[in-house]
Amino acid sequence: MKKLSQLQIGKTGIIKEFTDLEMSLKLMEMGCLPGEEIKVERIAPLGDPIAVNVSGYMLSLRKQEASTIILQ
Amino acid sequence: MKAEIRVALVGNPNTGKSTLFNLLTGLNQKIGNFPGVTVDKKTGFCNLPDARRAEIIDLPGTYSLYPKSRDESIVFSVLADKAHEAPDLVVVILDASNLKRNLLLYTQVADLKIPLVVALNMMDVAKKDGISIDINSLSKKLGVPIVPISARRNEGIDELKKSISYANKFALQQDSIDVKSIAPQLVDAIGEEMQVDNPYFALQLAHQHETLTFLSEKESSRIEELELAHNFHSQKAQATETIARYNYINDLLYDTVTKQEAAQEESTSNRIDKVLTHRVFGFFIFFGILLFMFQAIFAWSAYPMELIEKLFIWMQTGVHSLLPAGPLTDLLADGVIAGLSGVLVFIPQIAILFAFIAILEDTGYMARVTFMMDRLMRKVGLNGKSVVPLIGGFACAVPSIMSTRTIENWKDRMITIMVTPLVACSARLPVYTLLIALVVPDRNLWWILNLQGLALTGMYVLSLVSAIIVAWVMKYILKARERGYFIMELPVYRMPRWNNVLLTMFDRAKTFVLQAGKVIIAVSVILWVLASYGPGNNFEQIEKKYQQPQYGQRMKPTEVQHAIASEKLESSYAGYLGHAIEPAIKPLGFDWKIGIALITSFAAREVFVGTMATIYSVDGNADEIQSVKQKMGSARNTETGKPTFTLAVAFSLMMFYAFAMQCASTVAVVYRETKDWRWPAVQFAYMAILAYSASFITYTLLK
Repeated sequence: MKKLSQLQIGKTGIIKEFTDLEMSLKLMEMGCLPGEEIKVERIAPLGDPIAVNVSGYMLSLRKQEASTIILQ
Repeated sequence: MKAEIRVALVGNPNTGKSTLFNLLTGLNQKIGNFPGVTVDKKTGFCNLPDARRAEIIDLPGTYSLYPKSRDESIVFSVLADKAHEAPDLVVVILDASNLKRNLLLYTQVADLKIPLVVALNMMDVAKKDGISIDINSLSKKLGVPIVPISARRNEGIDELKKSISYANKFALQQDSIDVKSIAPQLVDAIGEEMQVDNPYFALQLAHQHETLTFLSEKESSRIEELELAHNFHSQKAQATETIARYNYINDLLYDTVTKQEAAQEESTSNRIDKVLTHRVFGFFIFFGILLFMFQAIFAWSAYPMELIEKLFIWMQTGVHSLLPAGPLTDLLADGVIAGLSGVLVFIPQIAILFAFIAILEDTGYMARVTFMMDRLMRKVGLNGKSVVPLIGGFACAVPSIMSTRTIENWKDRMITIMVTPLVACSARLPVYTLLIALVVPDRNLWWILNLQGLALTGMYVLSLVSAIIVAWVMKYILKARERGYFIMELPVYRMPRWNNVLLTMFDRAKTFVLQAGKVIIAVSVILWVLASYGPGNNFEQIEKKYQQPQYGQRMKPTEVQHAIASEKLESSYAGYLGHAIEPAIKPLGFDWKIGIALITSFAAREVFVGTMATIYSVDGNADEIQSVKQKMGSARNTETGKPTFTLAVAFSLMMFYAFAMQCASTVAVVYRETKDWRWPAVQFAYMAILAYSASFITYTLLK
């Protein structure tokens, strides 16, 4: 089971599901949907948060939030 | 001015909604409040091609009708409040370069069945990204008119206006998803109970009834009962809905939007980000920008400030020489004009500061600062999003505290509100500039760093550091109510919109002059009266005393004049007040004259300069008008004969102004935002304690 937070910089994954219902609502509204491709673009200078490319734009989220996204 | 049609602008953040609003309404706009809530309501008027007037309402940018913050909650309230606010037409602004995510909000608004027009913005960006959109086919599928525009380039605005005037009175858009299937019985039950025939409206009532102001308590609890009866799970229903909507959007976009995969080369934004959010350079660049900002504020404003100062000295001399001598002339010249000069002279600095902030926001750099600082901010109990209010705090705490509404988390938001007034706002700038110019030599250290600029930068850094320390302490005092999010869009870098920057500069300078100016001029006049009159026959006795022959023999006439003026001020009402608090402020190095300034500037800090102007133009050589700085510099302690404003006194005073909550508007806005008097009370108390201790330590060390 691979989480988005474990994905290395420059790597791409496909969203499978979420471990947190409340968080998933916000994430899905922002375009992180099951089946969607997600790419880790960069990591903030202090190691957190991360910036991902999803649905054609750049989204930033904390590692802890990224760990609720399970990849295929 | 009555409008014949009400039009609401709805869209995601960063879609150019505000630019479009400015284009449609020009300077014909005003900021008000939505009833019952403290969210800014921007409205303006627009003349349509069919000669009707449209009232345009700019609603806060949101990604969905399900609100995550207080600003966002207003959007559904306005669209749904049929009795008062509901618009006749909604213009949904979509970012053509990011259509998929933008369409989520569109489908939600469309399902409310309000007549719609779509403004497809950023067509130029989409083209550059290799995205081509079949607008006709998309328009047919949605059942609404779509007008391609480029708000930044002012393209397509006339077509949009035409589309608004010819828009149908009835909602003709296609249904997006089968709303009823999400909660079939509940939607019917609420529809029947509330007399609502739109299923999506009924569903939204189920989700949001607790926060909607237009529902009565009875209606709200009835909806709650129905939810329980039908086993409604709000979060699960929302998840189902969002997934269904994106399925619909994917179908929609499948044969209407194509993206050239060949255009896979790295975007400009990405390349800029590699430098600006770099592990090492990122922070250096950020601090470099801050340093440059404050050096520039000092350097660029010097010349215009000097001009304004000269103009007012000229006016003051003019009034004195043209009008007959008397109390009214003195009131005009030494009370009103001196006070006015104290306000207007800081316009250049405030304008430059707000220009910088507008540029940083506009280019998208502020979002990167948020991204870089989140980890650090979280350690001290704040949130990456607190960076914007904190940096905005350099300009003014009042709008910054209002901007904390974008912070979803209650605890993060409260801590940000509590520490923002510590950040060195532009009202402190006059105080600092004056005192620094007085005691710090205007010399260059090495070759670029000006000593005065360095001292000012020091005060700004201190303010940030103190805000961070206080936040860290509060992190352990406050209890969290819910978990925090940091899910935020990083917008594409763009060139700043220069007319927007100019508009912000003009707007803020105007607000400063009108808001602060009123208080300052009123205080200046009151102060002049307090300083020019005394209780009983004090003044007559002083005059009589100096008429005795021994003074005329021992002192020159000018010396006698000086002694009279000085003694009069000491025995005036203002003098009495200053003397009354002198024992309390003596340990800080302040005399009764500074005491007067402290009292008057408890309403607003910038009054300090005006007060000093009044005090020192009343005190001493009225025939030789000097600028405030020179007057303060030549002020002597009556006991020791040494200068009043030594390094120790000036820095102790700056410490006091750095920490004390001397701003009536901030107290008011904190109350308004927290809805509880205890917050501003605690804030006032902790800041007063900090101010007194910091001043005392500074004075004791430097003395």
